[in-house]
Amino acid sequence: MDSGGDAVRELVVISGKGGTGKTSVTAAFARFASQKVLADCDVDAADLHLVLAPRSGERHEFSGRKRAVLDAARCTSCGVCVEHCRFTALQLDPPRVDPLDCEGCGLCARLCPVGAVRLSPVVSGVWAVDDTAWGPLVHAQLGVAEDNSGKLVSLVRQEARRVAKERGLGTILVDGAPGIGCPVIASLTGSSLVLVVTEPTVAGRHDLGRVVGVVRHFRLPFAVCVNKTDLNPEVAAGVRAQAREAGALFVSTIRYDRAVTRAMVAGGSVVDEEWTRESGGAAEDMRMLWARTERELDRLAGEDEDKGE
Amino acid sequence: MRIAVASGKGGTGKTTVATNLARVAVDQGLRVQLLDCDVEEPNCSLFLPFRVERTAPVELNVPRVDEAVCTRCGLCGEVCEFRAIVPLATAVLVFAELCHSCGACTLLCPEQAIVEERRRTGEVQIGRAGDIRMVAGLLDVGETKAPPVIKAVKAHADPRADLVVIDAPPGTSCPVIEAVRESDLVVLVAEPTPFGLHDLKLAVEAMRALTRPFAVVANRADVGDDALRAYCAREGIEILLEIADDRAVAGASSRGELAVDVVPGYRERFSGLLAAVCQRGEQWTRAVTR
Repeated sequence: MDSGGDAVRELVVISGKGGTGKTSVTAAFARFASQKVLADCDVDAADLHLVLAPRSGERHEFSGRKRAVLDAARCTSCGVCVEHCRFTALQLDPPRVDPLDCEGCGLCARLCPVGAVRLSPVVSGVWAVDDTAWGPLVHAQLGVAEDNSGKLVSLVRQEARRVAKERGLGTILVDGAPGIGCPVIASLTGSSLVLVVTEPTVAGRHDLGRVVGVVRHFRLPFAVCVNKTDLNPEVAAGVRAQAREAGALFVSTIRYDRAVTRAMVAGGSVVDEEWTRESGGAAEDMRMLWARTERELDRLAGEDEDKGE
Repeated sequence: MRIAVASGKGGTGKTTVATNLARVAVDQGLRVQLLDCDVEEPNCSLFLPFRVERTAPVELNVPRVDEAVCTRCGLCGEVCEFRAIVPLATAVLVFAELCHSCGACTLLCPEQAIVEERRRTGEVQIGRAGDIRMVAGLLDVGETKAPPVIKAVKAHADPRADLVVIDAPPGTSCPVIEAVRESDLVVLVAEPTPFGLHDLKLAVEAMRALTRPFAVVANRADVGDDALRAYCAREGIEILLEIADDRAVAGASSRGELAVDVVPGYRERFSGLLAAVCQRGEQWTRAVTR
């Protein structure tokens, strides 16, 4: 193991509820943080590249799984595969595999007495390491209707660590996925610090509770940011209290600010100079949020170092 | 008729559209059922609180190895495509969270040393919010697989309902596909921002791959730019309704209130959306059955 001092720090930005501003916050952090790799782990709907103007480099195919392929000419319609497939992915009349239902377990291929079914790898996404003005960006796009986003997320994080090591960069900023399931868990396990971005609504509050449950399940240190805090100050106060009670290292707020969307439409971030001037406070709040986040990252790295010695 | 409300990007207003649509439909005397298939973060009950009348656990089969019978032949590890069962020299390890419950190891074990046991991954809640029949799925915290919970929710779809509304999860991958695949119409809720448009395009690709008919509701239609409208016009995608970025609607949502109940003008707008949705869904159903 690396000692704490050399170890790469990984900050993961997640939200539980979608659309609370994860990517806008990550894009702002990309401008503030020095010596970092950016990783977009929302592989279902990756958006970070839209505000980082990457220079497109090499694309790599990702094959996370296999799928059954049936040779209808060989099939004798004996029905063994249909009988044993738990996913009702096979049918006999005519013999075919439903690509949406097949999970690629291969039981049909093993059972077929005439070798009419085989497993074949599926290209289920693409990934790339691109350069941006703010550092290398590792990002990916899961194929439409594809499975296995967790594996692709793990690949993106693994590549981000490789790039960080190769280029001697000390921090990885991860833009996570919404929800609490497979891609979220894959994006946060083993990270240094989790930042949960939420909003002052009943849904934001409810979803914060569930996603914090996941973060605590994996015993990770976390902080909370209430975005668009003035949308409903009363609910915002409740969210902040809830976050503190759950054990957040700190709770920060960002004001509602239309300049955030205007900057995004222009392919930038509200913290870019031209938008900061128009900003109604979000740029300043994001700067403060990064300062607190960085302080925690430093402190946690220091703790690790103490433990290592 | 079954209508799914989905979106590529999260937080565009799926739940707002699904719950308001269900409310205007039930107020028009329709028999309405709302299925909350966003099982990672289910929110419908925040807007349509319901008393849970019964719950059903969602359970998956996972293998359990009888070590006394096992001969360490290693076949189970060979046949598992998901590395969920790993035979070691001293014991066979089962990683239940990786298991897809395909049954291959159990069926193919030459010693019949493997049996399947049930493992809980979530829950389905059934009840009523007024006259709206509610079914909500909840993935247990720490669990990874949403699709089996979504499947369990859909198993409660009422064939006698005039309208089944599905609140789908965000994205374009397996949970979304599971939620929308049998729908007569998918309503994609989108925002006219670069993120919103980028993710809408992915959702459109997914609907085309599934050969599902779909249309768009543009939410916060006056923020951002005109690229969403231009894209829909170019692709021949109908925009059924545009909802402005209305502070009153945002406020109502933040408190868990329905816009059709508390913000003037919204009952009419959603009634119009309901009529359009039903008409499009019926056209599709007729075209398919013909």
